[in-house]
Amino acid sequence: MNTLTVRHQWAIHCQETWSEWLRLIRIPMFALPTLLFPWMFYAFFGVMFGRGAGNAEYLMVSYGAFGVIGPALFGFGVGVASDRQQGLLQLKRVLPMPMSAYFIAKIGICLMFSVLILLGLACIAVLMGGVRLELGQWLLLMLILLIGTLPFCAMGLFIGLHSNSQSAPAIINLLYLPMAFLSGLWIPVFVLPVILQKIAVVFPAYHLAQLALSVIGKHQGQPLSGHVLILLLYTGIFLLLAGLAWRRLRDR
Amino acid sequence: MTLVMQDYLYPALMWCCKKAENWTSITNVHAIMSQQQNLQTPSNPPGILAEVSGVKHAFERLAVLNDISLSLKAGQVLAILGPNGAGKTTLVNLMLGVYKPDAGHIQLFGQTPGVLAVRQRIGVMLQQAELADTLKVYELIRQFSAYYQSPLSTPRLLEMAGLEGKAKTRYGKLSGGEKRRVQFAIALAGEPDLLFLDEPTTGLDVQARRSLWRNIRAYAQRGAGVILTTHYLEEADALADQIVVLNQGRMVAAGTPAQIKQRVSLKQVHCRTGLPVAELESHPLIEKLQIETQPNADQDKLIQCTLLTQNAEALLRDLLQRDQALTDLQVTGAGLEEAFLALTETGTSAADTLTDKEQAA
Repeated sequence: MNTLTVRHQWAIHCQETWSEWLRLIRIPMFALPTLLFPWMFYAFFGVMFGRGAGNAEYLMVSYGAFGVIGPALFGFGVGVASDRQQGLLQLKRVLPMPMSAYFIAKIGICLMFSVLILLGLACIAVLMGGVRLELGQWLLLMLILLIGTLPFCAMGLFIGLHSNSQSAPAIINLLYLPMAFLSGLWIPVFVLPVILQKIAVVFPAYHLAQLALSVIGKHQGQPLSGHVLILLLYTGIFLLLAGLAWRRLRDR
Repeated sequence: MTLVMQDYLYPALMWCCKKAENWTSITNVHAIMSQQQNLQTPSNPPGILAEVSGVKHAFERLAVLNDISLSLKAGQVLAILGPNGAGKTTLVNLMLGVYKPDAGHIQLFGQTPGVLAVRQRIGVMLQQAELADTLKVYELIRQFSAYYQSPLSTPRLLEMAGLEGKAKTRYGKLSGGEKRRVQFAIALAGEPDLLFLDEPTTGLDVQARRSLWRNIRAYAQRGAGVILTTHYLEEADALADQIVVLNQGRMVAAGTPAQIKQRVSLKQVHCRTGLPVAELESHPLIEKLQIETQPNADQDKLIQCTLLTQNAEALLRDLLQRDQALTDLQVTGAGLEEAFLALTETGTSAADTLTDKEQAA
């Protein structure tokens, strides 16, 4: 009995994900901004004040990237910080729950929120912005943006392990909002001053947006493998740092 | 949105679970493995659930626990009693496998704490572990029940924890006592053979405390072992078969509630007396002597002192007879803190040991 059966593991992972979903969807402070902000911003800046379907298409993709980064950073960052502070993490560690279920649940809800955000954006884009894409493009876009949340999950985890539930939202907002702007998620990166365009390369959000934009052929033209590599690098570094913090926490 | 999720997503997830069950029909493998486990276990004496021997632990070179030994049989309730900072929670964390002891051994069911097979058989209520505020009571119970091989049913758990009628209330809207009950229900979810309760009633009012005691007692009577920490002597007395008294990381006493109560049912006698210190020190009824002020040569030859005694009446009768000048007399019950202090300073550390085994060791 030193391992659980696969069926039991699967059931625990599903249950944990479901509980996490219920818990977050009932917190208006989390659920409303993460879902509504990308939709609202896109509706205003992408569709109403945007000029033409080209703009609506570009901004649908960049606001998609903006949208999916939110639940990853906040879900992990604030979630882990408060679980740690409440003692819930300590409790789960002594219960017969595989620790993977804890992380899978957090990744799971982040993907669930991301899907909702992207579906909402797509509806606005198609109905109000007149955006038309091939089925393959829609699917590929969705896939890239969903997988692209992982580096930000790792960053969120790192922040969550290094802050408490009061400071975590502030830290994340300080990172998230400037990064979104400087990576060209709110207004296209080529509209930014040249100096800012050069800085943009530093941010993982820029590379995720570029990858997603390549689906509609509107990226800056840097090699795609470079974007992938940098995102992988970010994931690796933050996972490593989070792993060290996790270990320190356990041996404390 | 939530409704849609509740109606469709949850059934879909559960459907996936069932599918996964079909794909991986390794239930047989599991049965074989658990049989093997059963064959491995009897390395420990029958009936002993928890065994702690000679455990030492330190945080950053600060000794937190020193030479702790105890053992627990099935059907027994062990209370670890001590003031704040005595090391109670550290001891529980060691038994749960959160930390490894610096020296000594801990075994639960004959195995190392923290391994999955052990975690499957224990229930835990931590001192500070708040659950998700926005989840309803039955949702929390369902979430935590999922970890166990054969959990008790949710209605049964609600009943055992005295939470009837609260199933659909959100955790955040419950009173302090009810929250502790939910944590208790979760601790019982896997029908554990060994239950750890770290200060289960701290912060509760008398009524809530007493009613939780009833539930704890009811579970212990099913034949499980219970280890609880508390800083209320009353609580240890009400629930435990054995009490271990911890102070500053050391076991200062161990025994049945009656034995412990006798040892800590001390009275404090404050007075000014002209009796010589030597006479007080050797007095058979005085457990401990504290000299507050030395005699002042100018005024009188009286010393101000505090005496700890088991039998205040007999002591007073004797003192008043011997010392006509005795004055400023005041008798108070000794608090648990003073009692612990007296136990520590009389230096009989762990003289009354718990089991024969320990005396042998």
